Amino acid sequence: MKEIIKLDNIKRDFQVGDETVHALQGVSFTIYEGEFVTIMGTSGSGKSTLLNTLGCLDTPTRGEYYLDGVSVRTMGKNARATLRNRKIGFVFQSYNLLPKTTAVENVELPLMYNPNYSTSARHEKAVQALIAVGLGDHLMHKSNQMSGGQMQRVAIARALVNDPAVILADEATGNLDTRTSFEILVLFQKLHAEGRTIIFVTHNPEIAQYSSRNITLRDGHITSDTVNANILDAADALTKLPKNED
Amino acid sequence: MNGTNLIKIALRALVNNKLRGFLTMLGIIIGVASVITMLAIGQGSKRSIQAQISEMGSNMIMIHPGTDVRGGVRQDASAMETLKLEDYQNIVDETRYVSAVSPSVNSSGQAIYGANNTPTTVYGINPDYLEIRRYKVGDGEMFTEQNIQTAAKVCVVGKTVVDNLFTNGESPVGKVIRFQKLPFRIVGVLESKGYNSMGMDQDDLILAPYTTIQKKVLAITHLQGITCSALKEEYTDQAIDEITEILRRNHKLKDSDDDDFTIRSQQELSTMLTNTTDMMTVLLAAVAGISLLVGGIGIMNIMYVSVTERTREIGLRMSIGAKGIDILTQFLIESILISVTGGLIGVVLGVGAALIVNAAAHFPIYIQPWSVMLSFAVCTVTGVFFGWYPAKKAAQLDPIEAIRYE
Repeated sequence: MKEIIKLDNIKRDFQVGDETVHALQGVSFTIYEGEFVTIMGTSGSGKSTLLNTLGCLDTPTRGEYYLDGVSVRTMGKNARATLRNRKIGFVFQSYNLLPKTTAVENVELPLMYNPNYSTSARHEKAVQALIAVGLGDHLMHKSNQMSGGQMQRVAIARALVNDPAVILADEATGNLDTRTSFEILVLFQKLHAEGRTIIFVTHNPEIAQYSSRNITLRDGHITSDTVNANILDAADALTKLPKNED
Repeated sequence: MNGTNLIKIALRALVNNKLRGFLTMLGIIIGVASVITMLAIGQGSKRSIQAQISEMGSNMIMIHPGTDVRGGVRQDASAMETLKLEDYQNIVDETRYVSAVSPSVNSSGQAIYGANNTPTTVYGINPDYLEIRRYKVGDGEMFTEQNIQTAAKVCVVGKTVVDNLFTNGESPVGKVIRFQKLPFRIVGVLESKGYNSMGMDQDDLILAPYTTIQKKVLAITHLQGITCSALKEEYTDQAIDEITEILRRNHKLKDSDDDDFTIRSQQELSTMLTNTTDMMTVLLAAVAGISLLVGGIGIMNIMYVSVTERTREIGLRMSIGAKGIDILTQFLIESILISVTGGLIGVVLGVGAALIVNAAAHFPIYIQPWSVMLSFAVCTVTGVFFGWYPAKKAAQLDPIEAIRYE
């Protein structure tokens, strides 16, 4: 199977005043194409630092990181920006949509920074991505006219639009109620079923049951890395939830 | 990263903040509009003064006897008798840069016709004088060289004199008026020239042959002045040099002697007046320029706040692949768009305001094309200059911190 992400003894130190904080103290793992991995850990476990490293927003102090076969550690800022643009789709906890902007325009955004796309191709891709997340009838809705669940779907469509090697979700259900959270999880499972590689960073252990592999982080070390043999179906869980009154 | 996409991105960002964009523009709008209006007014008055001067004859040169000190008493120029007919004749014969020459003697007094009288000045001159001072005879004709030789008692009158003497609208040509007890037959009436830039009525005069005034009114043989015009305005200095040489030779002045005459040219007057209006223009433009500067600072201020306010947006853009240079360019384009749009509106408003000033207050205006170009260029420069620092700040944000900025 194709290696999408390969971390080899990643260390990341921060200088805080006179003290050196060792946020990551030798993290190694490999993620293959088509995996749905949850990375769990409490605050201070190094989870965010790991996410920044995986997302090419940050470079490790030591160790090698290969994204889709490309070594990231020695890359400059601009090269990493381009790499993010082509290989990574981000989904954030607080959606981070552009205000007063339509769904299509929000989804088009990553392609705006890719000169290979023409205006029409960009629009086409954005519409497809929105249909894929079930928002085919909300194309021209503005971000301030949508619910939290809808906004997160737009954000997921934005993460899909550049056909990334990996989707990085950072507490993607953190701002949503239980029902909407499950709806989003259903969407992630659907994307997983389509063969996409997903990394979901969370501190909610429940979500781990719906992914194919769980990595637990504590104090900058990996404490467990297990394959989930019994993946629960989020759609099932959704039907068992008590119905909303309306 | 291609430029059109960045322009689109910047445009969308501006459209999302119409009110803020407009308020930011307001400074630039007012700045540019005031620069254009002020320059239009300044240039307008300069042009109108220049036009009036050239109507008086911008190549005119006036020669007067110089003041002299006799026995410790400084004498009035008109009491001097240094300018002679011979001087006039030599200027006519020997100069190359002088096109028209007229002797000049004058006398003030009451002109009388029937029961009406009016105070005025009679100028004793030759027909060249019309060309020098840009007068034209409307009704009738100018008197002739023949009239000068015979010291004929004929005259040409200005419109103010006609209005004051011929109150019942009869034609003055052929009528006889009296000046200092002498009868003068009117042979022509001058076309009206109105007031000059110093507020003098250019129509309140009577022109008569200089010989008549010399012999029959003043009883003198010298000239009170010589008026001439240079071939062209640019040749004024050469003409003055020629005249100076002739007069110094005729008056037998030694090299160490001062001139016993003074030569003044319209060019000097014109320079002086345009200097004044230029200064006014500079002052007006400076005040307007300051408001443009304040407008620019307004842009910087808003862009700076905007960068802070849009930190998360910047973080997002960076995390989905925008490079520092993309962010920098986006914010620069935004500030340039604001300033250029503001500049455009300012140009329209400025031109409009200038036209209103012209229509309502009858102020002369002149909108110089370069002032429009200049304010436009200044706007773009303002946008780049004041947008640079905030844009740089945006480009240098750390995406990790920016995306989580609350």
